[in-house]
Amino acid sequence: MTTIVTENCKSCRFTDCVTVCPVECFHFDDDMLYIDPDVCIDCSACIPECPVEAIFEVDDLPEGKEKWIEINAEKAAELPVCEDQMDPLPGAEERKTELGF
Amino acid sequence: MSAIGAKVRPLLVAIVGSGPSGFYACEALLKSELAVKVNMIERLPVPYGLVRSGVAPDHPKLKQAIQVYARIAESPDFRLLANVNVGKDLSVAELSETHDAVIFANGAESDRKLGIPGEDLDGSHTATEFVGWYNGHPDYRERKFDLTSETAVIIGQGNVAADVARILAKSIDELKHTDIAEHALDALAESKIREIYVVGRRGPAQVKFTPKELREFENLELCHAQIDPKEMLLNPESESELEDKGNSSQRKIYQQLSKLAEIDNVDKARICHFTFLKSPQKLIGTDHLEKVVFEHNQLSGEALRQSARGTGETFELNTALLFRSIGYRGVAMPGLPFDEKNGLIPNKDGRIYENGSALPGLYVTGWIKRGPTGIIGTNRADSVATIQSLLDDLQTLDCGTEKSGADGVCKLLQTRNVRYVSFNEWEKIDQSEIDRGKPKDKPREKYTYIDEMLDLLG
Repeated sequence: MTTIVTENCKSCRFTDCVTVCPVECFHFDDDMLYIDPDVCIDCSACIPECPVEAIFEVDDLPEGKEKWIEINAEKAAELPVCEDQMDPLPGAEERKTELGF
Repeated sequence: MSAIGAKVRPLLVAIVGSGPSGFYACEALLKSELAVKVNMIERLPVPYGLVRSGVAPDHPKLKQAIQVYARIAESPDFRLLANVNVGKDLSVAELSETHDAVIFANGAESDRKLGIPGEDLDGSHTATEFVGWYNGHPDYRERKFDLTSETAVIIGQGNVAADVARILAKSIDELKHTDIAEHALDALAESKIREIYVVGRRGPAQVKFTPKELREFENLELCHAQIDPKEMLLNPESESELEDKGNSSQRKIYQQLSKLAEIDNVDKARICHFTFLKSPQKLIGTDHLEKVVFEHNQLSGEALRQSARGTGETFELNTALLFRSIGYRGVAMPGLPFDEKNGLIPNKDGRIYENGSALPGLYVTGWIKRGPTGIIGTNRADSVATIQSLLDDLQTLDCGTEKSGADGVCKLLQTRNVRYVSFNEWEKIDQSEIDRGKPKDKPREKYTYIDEMLDLLG
């Protein structure tokens, strides 16, 4: 069981989720965030924080998003930990509106 | 003299409480660019607050947060002084005299009362004490619960209420390989409970359970969940609450409740009813609880601000066992102001306030700052914010003399014969608990008396 970041995070990367993660399991690149499934403790604190609802528990993952399970695991293994809140990516607010939030 | 926070003159901070908010505050301090020394003071001989004694025994993954705290504790700039009661063994003033700043992270030890007749009858308990009891917290070791009652009633619709219901619902097989305290496992083995009621004053669209906690009720060996589908009907305001874009988490919760309401034709020994729109009016019994009288409610007010109003109609449940689970509540700390209404220490941005001004060098974080809301990770953002205030105040924390820090505190404790416990000593207790758990195939067998813990250390 773990929690997964999916495509709405791309080009947004608000990092509101990072501020409430008790175990620092978020990793980042220039595009989005990824959760390390080996560190995540399934506390679900991050899920309601995301302004674009990009995060799901693996049991709740909507159809079609299964590929994100592997992407999160792979990317988290190679990328640095996101320790603190960062500024969102340029264009994040526009993307948020585009996504309907 | 060097500036405060320089290597030759580290910022000396005392943190009262060793739960998540205390450790996240410590982490934020150690991550800052300043030289810091943190002395963490904990009332029990064992650290970690509610992660050790609040998180349910069948939620072992959540307890992994402890690994983060153990790592923080490895820092040479961190020191634990456990088995020290601030307010009794040491005063707030003494902490202020020995440190540049003091952060109170002492949580919410008590509970909100219902405020109804009969609340203090035998058989009427709090979730706080039941959770502490099954988790081996020394303060609750000697509590007794009448599990011969065939009915148990839980007032509340949050995750703590769900934990209480689930622990009462589970079989011994489901619990015996967790870190549940042995005395609790033995008592639960004698349980005659057949029906559990989890009762809330508002409707199914306003419950505070999380979907994951509700889902656990689909998979219990001995117990099935039951919700009357009629109770799932929503008033127009609740419907619009669930349609609100910002409320998608509540929508998920309602969907999970609906799934439970569809369960039918299941034949298990125990039933856990979730029921809504009822407030307990009085508890009835001569020497012991026998019956709860509820009033039916209806919802009123705007969407997202729906409150429960009594209708005058009543509903009764016979039971000898009731748990109120309507919120933990903070307790006043001698020497500090206290907001009686909200059960917390008055503050702004984590600075303690009295009569409109900030008290210099005194801060709060966690539940004693914002009230008993949120989960483990919520405290991280909260503590980061408090430390930001503290760092902003850095110049004002420098009162011209170097403080004595841990040396000063330990001298006082020694003259008072207080046997403080170090982090290394906690690790001895920790390892011993793990070793005791092995023959029973449990992650640990907790020590539940302070004397036992101290005897182990010698």
